[in-house]
Amino acid sequence: MRALGIVLAGGNSRRMGELSHKRAISAMPIAGSYRSIDFVLSNMSNSHIQKVAVITQYNSRSLHEHLSSSKWWDFGRKQGGLYTFTPTVTPDNSNWYRGTADSIYQNLVFLKRSHEPYVVIATGDCVYKLDYNKVLEYHIAKKADITIVVKDMPENAEIDRYGVVKMNDDCRIEQFEEKPMVAKSRTVSCGIYVIRRRQLIELIERSAEEGRYDLVQDILIRYKDLKRIYGYKLDSYWRNIASVEDYYGTNMDFLRRDICDYFFKQYPDVYSKVDDLPPAKYNPGSRVRNSLISSGCIINGTVENSVLFKEVFVGNNCTIKNSIILNDVYLGDNTHIENCIVESRDTIRANSHHVGEAGIKVVVEKNERYVL
Amino acid sequence: MVKKEMIAMLLAGGQGSRLGVLTSKMAKPAVAFGGKYRIIDFPLSNCINSGIDTVGVLTQYQPLKLNTHIGIGIPWDLDRNIGGVTVLPPYEKSGESEWYTGTANAIFQNLEYMENYNPDYVLILSGDHIYKMDYEVMLDFHKESGSEVTIASMPVPIEEAKRFGIVITDENKKILDFEEKPENPRSNLASMGIYIFNWRVLKEALVSMADQPNLDFGKHVIPYCHGKGMPMYSYEFTGYWKDVGTLSSYWEANMELIDIVPEFNLYEEYWKIYTKSEVLPPQYIAADSVIERCIIGEGTEIYGKVYNSVIGCGVIIEEGTVVRDSIIMNQTKIGRNCTIDKAIIDEEVVIGDCVELGTLPEKENDTRPDIYNSGLVTIGERSVLPGHVKIGRNAVVSGETDAEDYPNGILDSGGTLIKAGE
Repeated sequence: MRALGIVLAGGNSRRMGELSHKRAISAMPIAGSYRSIDFVLSNMSNSHIQKVAVITQYNSRSLHEHLSSSKWWDFGRKQGGLYTFTPTVTPDNSNWYRGTADSIYQNLVFLKRSHEPYVVIATGDCVYKLDYNKVLEYHIAKKADITIVVKDMPENAEIDRYGVVKMNDDCRIEQFEEKPMVAKSRTVSCGIYVIRRRQLIELIERSAEEGRYDLVQDILIRYKDLKRIYGYKLDSYWRNIASVEDYYGTNMDFLRRDICDYFFKQYPDVYSKVDDLPPAKYNPGSRVRNSLISSGCIINGTVENSVLFKEVFVGNNCTIKNSIILNDVYLGDNTHIENCIVESRDTIRANSHHVGEAGIKVVVEKNERYVL
Repeated sequence: MVKKEMIAMLLAGGQGSRLGVLTSKMAKPAVAFGGKYRIIDFPLSNCINSGIDTVGVLTQYQPLKLNTHIGIGIPWDLDRNIGGVTVLPPYEKSGESEWYTGTANAIFQNLEYMENYNPDYVLILSGDHIYKMDYEVMLDFHKESGSEVTIASMPVPIEEAKRFGIVITDENKKILDFEEKPENPRSNLASMGIYIFNWRVLKEALVSMADQPNLDFGKHVIPYCHGKGMPMYSYEFTGYWKDVGTLSSYWEANMELIDIVPEFNLYEEYWKIYTKSEVLPPQYIAADSVIERCIIGEGTEIYGKVYNSVIGCGVIIEEGTVVRDSIIMNQTKIGRNCTIDKAIIDEEVVIGDCVELGTLPEKENDTRPDIYNSGLVTIGERSVLPGHVKIGRNAVVSGETDAEDYPNGILDSGGTLIKAGE
């Protein structure tokens, strides 16, 4: 393969609220059986990128647990493989990663020792399918220094949490603003970049010398008039999950047959770590409508327009509506949950009542499961 | 030097002919079970959960599905640097070559494989039972009792005892006598076909009886060891153990899994059963569907109504269809407005719209009443059923069929429609 991959999975977002208290955003569970990072890793694997580095920092335990074996994405290889880079203390540096560019700088040896001519950089918090080879071919055809994958967002999207770009007719990026108060276009950066490896090393080293640490602010935006930076328009499904509303919305999107088919039935596949769980079980009293149910669930109550992750237990007489129940949640009898996201491994006592009134309510309830 | 205390030899070469068309293209251990598993997952998971990491799987009859399923053993953590799972098919030799002619003959032909691991004990298993068992506890019993050969056995109703190999023991579980399928059984302890041998005993027995045609454990090796007067013990097992050798017992064992608290519980954290998962996404249950008392595998989409059934992975059941008391295996697609009653539908079957299975009055099967009975409709792997046909009870269909194969749109109860070739 002509490219190696870097997955930026170290950041946190305040917009995730309590959901990122115990895990990195890239480790957020998605669509019942997956985690966010599975999409970028599967894309890399399906694009025949064999050598991938995942850069982690914030709350990385659950992410490391998910990446404990590289075989699920077919990265268990002698040539290349899956690398995870966490901040480390060396004789001349004891800093955390001070930004995305700095996180690459601190692992520059990985880039210098590789021989692949190109690098694909992507974040771990987006849900999409993309053959990076297409972006790479476009990059070469445009004779670009850097190619950024961009997407036109719908009218109702919150543009102000993205990098907003404006391109000319040739798709060269002329304006690039990070999280602007007033956006000048509806085209946003998807956080996927293609760049020549030597070019990247040079830019990263120069930024580090100047004490600049951010890939977007200090390289993409700062160099946009000096380097040829192009936008590659993505027309297919793409969604960033890094806010409670978008996380909820992304999961709910999978209740649509076209989106579910696009991700899980059409080639190529999305891969994930395999849990050895039994089939989902529907006991008498279960009443399930328009919902996604994952393996290991046991259902005794009503579930409507919801996504149940793995190993959820729904007690007798429960009602779950328009909600996302993360993995390994126990819902006691007669519980009512509506417009909620229930945090994983929660134990909800019998007769509980949780309704998201104004928006989506994040429920975190730690009770002893077996002593009620 | 390589050294494994105990290795397992798993006999997976049998056809299991009483499962009819379910085993026409695959060996019995490869037959799907419980929504997402295959029968061989149970002994393989038992092995790894018991700390046995070296397993030879002996294959012979239709091994493709089995080979694909086992691969290099990743799902069971049996991909090892030393040991792990090895598929052992019969092979050509410079002298006389032969197929595996019996259970013990198959093991005899793989003496070299076992020799490589320098074992103290060899565990012999068969790949066609549903159970959870800790072979390490059995080994402890074997060592403590000073046994040379230990046979796992379990009590069965005395009237059924004549279908099994029966062991007669003293109060210390020492085996006094052994009878293979006796007319008048003297005990109700049935052999489960699970043996632990001291390696040198097994090797000596196999070598000295090498010329015995159809060399079999129950018929030859066990009586041989008994005849030599070696200490043999019975390890009594009282947990769930199910032989799924016939269509009706296969159906019943599946149906037991949907009980509210099943006797054979797959939902325990302890002693997990592993399998190769080809489908990962969650299942989708549509707005107008009804599901009651079912277990359902990954990636299945249900738009119809399903009661008391075991549904595999990647299945699609369309709107208006009603499924009752049935087993539907992986990747099968069922059209709209069908009625499916008490059917076993194998993998990758395609059923058209408005098909009725098992709705006609019962009649005996015209070709193999010994196989196709109990009122079940059986549909073989990769069959295609056209729309608007009715298929009765005790009927069997296999292959790509079209409307012309069904006079007046009906295959009456007891009918057989097997299209050879693909």
